[in-house]
Amino acid sequence: MKTFIQTFNARFGADMAGPVVAFIAVMVIFGLAADNFLSMATFGSVAFQLPELGLLTLAMLLPLLTGGINLSITFAANLSGLAAAWVLQSHGGVDASAGVFALACVAALVTGGAAGALTGVAIAYTRAHPILVTLSMMIFLRGLGEFLTRGGDVSGFPDYVAPIGHGSLFGLPIPLLIFIVCVAVWHVLLTRSKLGFGLLMIGSNMEAADYSGLNTRKIVVLVYTLSGIMCAIAGIIMLARFNSVRVGHGESYLLITVLAAFLGGINPFGGFGRVLPVFVALIVLQLLSSGLNLMGANQHLATALWGVLMIVVMAARTIVSKFRIFTGKKV
Amino acid sequence: MSAEPLLSLKNIKVTFGGVRALKGVSFEVNAGEVHCLAGENGCGKSTLIKVITGVYKPEEGAEIVFDGKPVSAMTPTLAQSLGIQVIWQDLALFGEMSVAENIGFQLAVTGTYGMVDKHAIDEAAEKALARLGVRLDIHKPLKELPIAQRQIVAIARALVGEARLVFMDEPTASLTQSEADYLIEIVRNLSASGVAVVFVSHRLAEVLEISHRITILRDGSLVGVYPVEGMTQSRVTELMTGRNFDSAVIASDHDEAPVVLSVRNLTRHGEFRNVSFDLRRGETLGITGLLGAGRTELALTLFGMHRPHEGEILLEGQKVDFASNRDAIRAGVAYLSEDRLSLGLNQPQSIADNLVMASLDRILSHGLISPAKKRDVVSHWISALGVKIGTPDDPIRTLSGGNQQRVAIAKWLAISPKILILDAPTVGVDVGARAGIFEIVRKLAAEGLSIIIISDEPPEVYFNADRVIHMVEGRLEAVYDPRHTSLSELESAVYA
Repeated sequence: MKTFIQTFNARFGADMAGPVVAFIAVMVIFGLAADNFLSMATFGSVAFQLPELGLLTLAMLLPLLTGGINLSITFAANLSGLAAAWVLQSHGGVDASAGVFALACVAALVTGGAAGALTGVAIAYTRAHPILVTLSMMIFLRGLGEFLTRGGDVSGFPDYVAPIGHGSLFGLPIPLLIFIVCVAVWHVLLTRSKLGFGLLMIGSNMEAADYSGLNTRKIVVLVYTLSGIMCAIAGIIMLARFNSVRVGHGESYLLITVLAAFLGGINPFGGFGRVLPVFVALIVLQLLSSGLNLMGANQHLATALWGVLMIVVMAARTIVSKFRIFTGKKV
Repeated sequence: MSAEPLLSLKNIKVTFGGVRALKGVSFEVNAGEVHCLAGENGCGKSTLIKVITGVYKPEEGAEIVFDGKPVSAMTPTLAQSLGIQVIWQDLALFGEMSVAENIGFQLAVTGTYGMVDKHAIDEAAEKALARLGVRLDIHKPLKELPIAQRQIVAIARALVGEARLVFMDEPTASLTQSEADYLIEIVRNLSASGVAVVFVSHRLAEVLEISHRITILRDGSLVGVYPVEGMTQSRVTELMTGRNFDSAVIASDHDEAPVVLSVRNLTRHGEFRNVSFDLRRGETLGITGLLGAGRTELALTLFGMHRPHEGEILLEGQKVDFASNRDAIRAGVAYLSEDRLSLGLNQPQSIADNLVMASLDRILSHGLISPAKKRDVVSHWISALGVKIGTPDDPIRTLSGGNQQRVAIAKWLAISPKILILDAPTVGVDVGARAGIFEIVRKLAAEGLSIIIISDEPPEVYFNADRVIHMVEGRLEAVYDPRHTSLSELESAVYA
C-alpha cells in the first residue's frame, strides 16, 4: 500500500490524492445510491455545467497562487459579456455576421483584460491588500454594469452563438472543449513559463523574489490581467448559454471558485498549487450536485453539501499531515 | 551536583527518510550544571533536543532516564510536566502582549473557568524575574524591549513552568557583547539555583566561559564529553569538524588585473557619502564597520536596489545607472543578502527553484522552462559547491544554515556574475561550514570573480580579503592591507 501511495505521489503529485479520493468516493456512493447515476445523462449535465464554474475558477486560481484573491471575477465576466453583446447589437443584432462575433469576442477579452490590468496595477503599485482592491473593483464593475443595463437583460444574438454554449463537436460539448483548452494553457503557464514560476515565488515571499531579480510588479499586473481575460472567456460562454447577458449571472459562483481551488490543494497563503488537481476537484463538485439532483434532492442541499465536503477534506488533510510529522523527514 | 545525572540518554537513533540524523548518541546533564551542546549545523543537535522534548521518537533500544526514573515514551506534554523547557532562537514571544502576560502565558491559558487571573500572572512574572535577579517593568509591551531583555522574558517564562532543565538555542546570537555578558550572568544565577542549563551556541568563547562540560556531536555521532578546563576554541573547532583550521592572511596583489568596478564619490544622503574605491578582476575586497556604517546600504546601491544621489558607478570602465536590481543582475552584479531567512532565499520553496530563481533565462527552451535543463543546472551547482541535500524538491528551509548559504551562492553563480557581493555570509552558519564557504569564495576569486565581503566581524574580512575597507558612519574611513596590518590594529580601529 505504501509503495502504491509513493508511486501515486511521484506520478501525479501528493496534492492530487485528495481530489482523486473524493472523486472515487462520489462515484461509488452515487453509483450505489442512484441506479441511473453512471449514465451518459449525468456526464452530459456535468459536461455542460462544468465550464462556467471551471473557467471562473481558473480566473481565481492565479491570484490565489500569488497569495492574493480576485473578488471581481463574476462581474468582470458579466461586463465582458456586455461588451460583446454591445458589439453584436450595434452591428445587426440577430443578423450580425461571424466577423462581428469575432469582434465581439475581442471586445470581451479586451474588457476583461483591462479590468484585470487595472486591478493588477492598483495592487502592484499601492501594495494594498488584494481583498480591498478587488472588492472595490467588484463593486465598481457591478455598479457600472447595472447602470448600463438598467438592471435588465441584454439579449437577441445571432443563432450561431448558441452552440458555443450548448453544441457538441466530436461528441464533446463545445464549452467543455474550450474549458479543457484553457486548463491545458493554465497548466503549461504554471509549470513551464517564467510567469508561472515567478507568480508561485512571489506567492510565498514577494521580497525574496524581488531580491532575486524577478519583476514582481510586472508579474502581479500580468496575473490579474490574465485572470480578467479568463473571466472574459467565461463571460462569452455564459452569453452563449443563456442567450442573454445579465449583471449578476454567476454571482453565486464567486466563493465556490475559492472552494474548488482549495479542494484542489491550493495553498491558501499562496506559493503552492497546480491546475490538474483543481480540475479534478471541479468535476467532483459537479458530480456531487448532479448526483443529488438525480436523487431528487433540493439544489440548495447540494450547495450545503459542497461546504460539508470542504470541511471533511480540510479535516482529512490535517490528520494526514499530523501523521506525516512522525514519518516525514527533516534534515 | 547530585551523583546521579538529572537526565541521561543512551543509544538514541533517529532516521529521517533514509538519512541517519542520530547514530546511537548518548547524552547526560546534571542538576545545576551548565552544559554546552556543540557541533556543526546538521550534526544532530536540534534533533537531539527534539527527542528530549518528545517531538521525535527515537528508534528501538533507546534509554531515557529523568531524575532516576526511566521514561518509556517522551511526549511534549510529559517533557513539559517534568520541567524540561526549550528556549528556541526565535523566542516565540508575543510582541503586543505585556512582559507579565508573556511570562505568565501558561497561567493565562489554564486559568479557572477559562478566566484570566491578571493578578496571578503579575505575581508569577515578578517571582520569575526575581529569581533571575532582574528588574523589568512587567506592564511594558514586549515589543518595546531590546532583544536582550526579550531573551530574559523567554527564560523567565520557562521558570514559571517550574523548569528543572532549560535548553537555550543560540541565546546570544543577536546580542551585543555587553548584553551577552549580562545574559551569561543570568545563566549563572539559574544554575546556582539548581536548574540545569544546556547551551547551544556558535560563540565558542562564551561557551568555554560559562559551561562546566561540553558534549560535542559530529555527523549524528557523539565525539565526546569534555570538561571545559583546558579546552581551547581551536580544540573545540577541531573536534566539531574533525579538521584543523589555521588562520592565515591570504591577501595578494592584483594591481596588474583590469579594474572591474569603480565607485566614485558615491553618496546617498543619510546612508553613506563620498565613497570611492576600485575592485579588480579576481580581487576580494572586505568591507567592515559597526552597525550603521552604511555597508549594506552601499551594497544595495551597487546592486541597483537604490539609486545614488551623487557620484558614479563604473562597470569595466562604462558608467552604469541601474533602474532596478534586474539591470544590475543583467550587468553581472550579484548580491547575497544578509537576511537569508526573508530576503536571500524563498524559504518555503524548493532547493531547485531557489537555485534557478535568478537565472531563469538560462534554462529556457523555446520560451518555456526546460525541466531537463533545470535539472542539469541544479545538479551541477549542488555538486560543484558540495551542498548536502536530500532531493532538490525539498523545501530549502529544511537545510542547515551553511547548506542554505551554499545554495544562495549557487543561485548567483548561475548568472555568471562579474561581481559577487556577500553581505554577512556567515550569519547563522557554524564554524566548520564558515570555513567551507570561504574556501568556495577563495576558489571563485582564483577563477577571476571579483568579490566584496561585508562583515561586522573584522577577522572574517581580515583573513579572507585582499584589502579591507573600514567604514564609519557612512564614510570610507581607511583601507587596510592585511599583509601590513595586524588583526588587532584593525579590530581596535573598528571598535574604537
